Amino acid sequence: MERVYANRKFIVIGVFVIVGLIFILRLFLIQIVADKYVLSANNNVLRYITQYPARGLIFDRNGKLLVYNEAAYDLMVIPSQVKKMDTAELCRLIGIGIADFIQRVQKARSYSPFRPSVFESQISRENYGYLEEKMFRFPGFFVQSRTLRKYTYPVAAHTFGYIGEVSPEIIDQNLYYKSGDYIGISGIEKSYEEVLRGKKGMRIKVVDVLNRDKGSFQNGKYDTIAFAGTDLYSSLDVELQQYGELLMSGKKGSIVAIEPSTGEILAIVSSPAYDPNLLVGRARKTNYVMLSEDTIQVPLFNRALMASYPPGSTFKLVGALVGQQEGVLFPETRYFCGGGFPLGNGKKVACHSHPSPLNLSESIAQSCNTYYCRVFRSIIDKKTFRTTREGFESWRSFVMSMGFGKKLGIDIPGELNGNIPTSGYYDRYHGKNRWTSMAIISLGIGQGEIGIIPIQMANLAALISNRGFYYVPHIIKAIGSKDKPNKDFQVKKVSLIDPKYFDIVIKGMHDVVEGGTARASRIDSITMCGKTGTAQNPHGKNHSIFVAFAPMDNPRIAISVVVENAGFGAAWAAPIASLMIEKYINRKVKRKDLEQSMITGNPSTSAIKVIDQ
Amino acid sequence: MRERRGIFEHIDWWLVILYLLLVGLGWINIYAAVYDINHSDIVDMHVKYGKQMLWIFAAVFLAMIILLIDGKFFAQFSNLIYGICILLLIMVIFSGKEISGSKSWFQFAGVALQPAEFAKMGTALALAKFLSLTETDIRKRNDLFLAAGIILLPTILVILQHDTGSALVFLSFILVLYRAGLSDKFLIAFVLVPMLAVLSLLINKFIIVGGLFLIAVLVFLYTKRRFLNTLIIAAVFLAATGFVFSVNYGVNHVLEPHQRTRINVLIGKEIDLKGAGYNVNQSLIAIGSGGMWGKGFLQGTQTKYNFVPEQSTDFIFCTVGEEWGFLKGSLVVVGLFVVLLIRIVIVAERQRSRFSRFYGYGVAAIIFFHFFINIGMTLGLLPVIGIPLPFFSYGGSSLWAFTMLLFIFIRQDSYRYELL
Repeated sequence: MERVYANRKFIVIGVFVIVGLIFILRLFLIQIVADKYVLSANNNVLRYITQYPARGLIFDRNGKLLVYNEAAYDLMVIPSQVKKMDTAELCRLIGIGIADFIQRVQKARSYSPFRPSVFESQISRENYGYLEEKMFRFPGFFVQSRTLRKYTYPVAAHTFGYIGEVSPEIIDQNLYYKSGDYIGISGIEKSYEEVLRGKKGMRIKVVDVLNRDKGSFQNGKYDTIAFAGTDLYSSLDVELQQYGELLMSGKKGSIVAIEPSTGEILAIVSSPAYDPNLLVGRARKTNYVMLSEDTIQVPLFNRALMASYPPGSTFKLVGALVGQQEGVLFPETRYFCGGGFPLGNGKKVACHSHPSPLNLSESIAQSCNTYYCRVFRSIIDKKTFRTTREGFESWRSFVMSMGFGKKLGIDIPGELNGNIPTSGYYDRYHGKNRWTSMAIISLGIGQGEIGIIPIQMANLAALISNRGFYYVPHIIKAIGSKDKPNKDFQVKKVSLIDPKYFDIVIKGMHDVVEGGTARASRIDSITMCGKTGTAQNPHGKNHSIFVAFAPMDNPRIAISVVVENAGFGAAWAAPIASLMIEKYINRKVKRKDLEQSMITGNPSTSAIKVIDQ
Repeated sequence: MRERRGIFEHIDWWLVILYLLLVGLGWINIYAAVYDINHSDIVDMHVKYGKQMLWIFAAVFLAMIILLIDGKFFAQFSNLIYGICILLLIMVIFSGKEISGSKSWFQFAGVALQPAEFAKMGTALALAKFLSLTETDIRKRNDLFLAAGIILLPTILVILQHDTGSALVFLSFILVLYRAGLSDKFLIAFVLVPMLAVLSLLINKFIIVGGLFLIAVLVFLYTKRRFLNTLIIAAVFLAATGFVFSVNYGVNHVLEPHQRTRINVLIGKEIDLKGAGYNVNQSLIAIGSGGMWGKGFLQGTQTKYNFVPEQSTDFIFCTVGEEWGFLKGSLVVVGLFVVLLIRIVIVAERQRSRFSRFYGYGVAAIIFFHFFINIGMTLGLLPVIGIPLPFFSYGGSSLWAFTMLLFIFIRQDSYRYELL
């Protein structure tokens, strides 16, 4: 009877075949079409362990180690592997409470029960010693080493900068960085990040479902080795740097010292400073907050690069050079000074008492305001120019060629442009072409809209000492080894001023120190050339400025010093500059009294006799 | 001597070779699944592949014995065997050993035996015996109920052991009944009812009831307006509506929470990669990462490092997929099973004895159901129901039960010439 139903075998076989085909199709889809399963499988078993290379070291110009690495240890936890243990002991060892312990384990668990999370970061070497002996008693915990930046001398914090965990924005933009990596955030650490960081390595490890190490993946076929970062040879003279910071202690301002023949920065001080070791390791966050919230001292602000001042009388050097180049000023040009330059509206640019009339070099030595107002007018209103604008643009291009009004391009991040106003600015202010040399006369004596940053002032001193050229100031002289010069700073920048016009200016600068405004800062053994300046400060006491270089014939150091709210240039900036020069050239300072009064003195209540401007 | 040679002469070597291939491949994959570089001795009795090796030898020995047994034996004693199986099922409820939630194991001298595995064979025998009786007509209600009784008695006993997976296997006997002449409607209902069940979980039940009503109206419009027809349509509609509501109620109020979660994960209502979905997800990762050619023998990372749970038993197919890939693994194993099933049907159809033929269908139905549920589960197509892959999965009871199941059929087949 069931023979009738024999054909039903086809239905039964059909069901078997269809189910088989459905399985084959499904297998085809997941094994061949989809690739997410391969990725998931790799996520399951492969652990990519980054091998962090040691960051490059930084040396000073005399081979002294400035920045190095120190091992630090992160205590890691894998929550799923944590078993019953002496929790109190672990808490005691790293100095946390039980409640904190539980909270941290929970936090790690919420990230992932199977992957390591940082439990306590940057344990001191000492604590690590204790911990290491007892590690076996804390299942699920292990220690991962990291390196921290350390600074031999607690100086030049602004210049070195600091490193920190890379931000998510950078991770998005730059494929090299992964979450948790460190990156240079400011200073040299930032500008030379790619040199210093080296190359990360990657070890691929296989783990089982409990995250237990099952050895390297395919015998390390895909592992990459870490390459240590490249060492940097800084041009900094750390002794000079230390001395500069000492001199500036308790003051606001900056010192920039450059080797004129190369543009190498010998010292770059921004005061108030801070110890670079503060921004290292686990204390970095709290210290950073402390430093950044100090709105009175603003210690994180790098004045040497980021503070823009009117250069005051130091800018007369520029006037003297441009005037000669324009052919409106000669060594024997004399202008009468009757205590000031009349502005025609009853007001005048005041000048202090000095013999009159003065020639060019004497005008520098005595820093006559009237003289440079007249020089400025003669430049702008030169007969060959049809308009004030044309004269101004010519003046401006000469000034710009001396490194003002734009970034010099130094290798420390954060440098400002400074400001040399454009004719467009005056058009907007006074109306198009409705301004004359008289309206902008204060530019002639370095006041008004003009803004110069300290490193530009030092660069001016270097340019004058070189008689018309400079190398872009830089802090790193060699990369990798001492005899591999930093190729980025080998180009000589030549100003638009003919070298022949410099001698008379240099003579004037020499006279400033020998018998002029800064004669109190004269050094017996060194022929120093300098120029005082006072930046008008509408918010308080004027800023004391001095630019100088020495020795006169074979210049080895060019320097700018700004001391905020310290009054005349000769009062504080000039003595500090002279001490720096003496320190650098003689390696020893003989004028201990002056040194002492500079270190301990307070410019805002200074009783030092001011000779003149 | 002449007679014995005759027995081996008439053996269906196709089935024997397919059996040996599946058992051999199974062992290789169990070896890979539990392989540990530190313990690679293949007869080490402390590891699964060592034990499985022993069980394979025992199974082959068992197969030989079955081939030597008189051909009339199984037909004659099928009811006795069934009775013993039922007895064992009852005994295990009271004196069995509980392993992972199911009280379905006897412990004999270090070996755990699961009567449910053997009860499938016993039921196949008893059902074949009943259907082969000349007076049996499955189209008659009484006979259908009797057949259903033969099937449902062990099913209920297995459910009482909390072994739902094994209990479901007994549903597969509907194929045997179908071959014996069961109305098409039952088979259609057998397919449609689960579909309706899934739909009632996925879609708002009132929408489904609305849909059902619409269908009922359409059917009413296109059938002859007879009173009986109308009554049947109304009854079917009411039954379906009741079913939809009871499925909802059953899933939400009767099932254990973990079973509910499994069902919800399967039908896509819940994504739970750490809980119920973990097994399936890891299973898919293992198989999917095998790609076209697989990672190579012993190179499977997902299966070797324990990401896949139950990898030597219920999820053994993951190792196949991961290490051997689509072409060398998946196609081969799925292919072997389909060929085996077809071969069983072909051999069953050539039987002169109705008993042998229905028993053959029983064998095919059981193996097919295991194959369907097990691989469907590892591929994430069916809920996680823990039943082994025949011949492949680790485990003595299962291997021996399937060996006996198949070889009794092979013996019946070789006996067909003696029936002349």
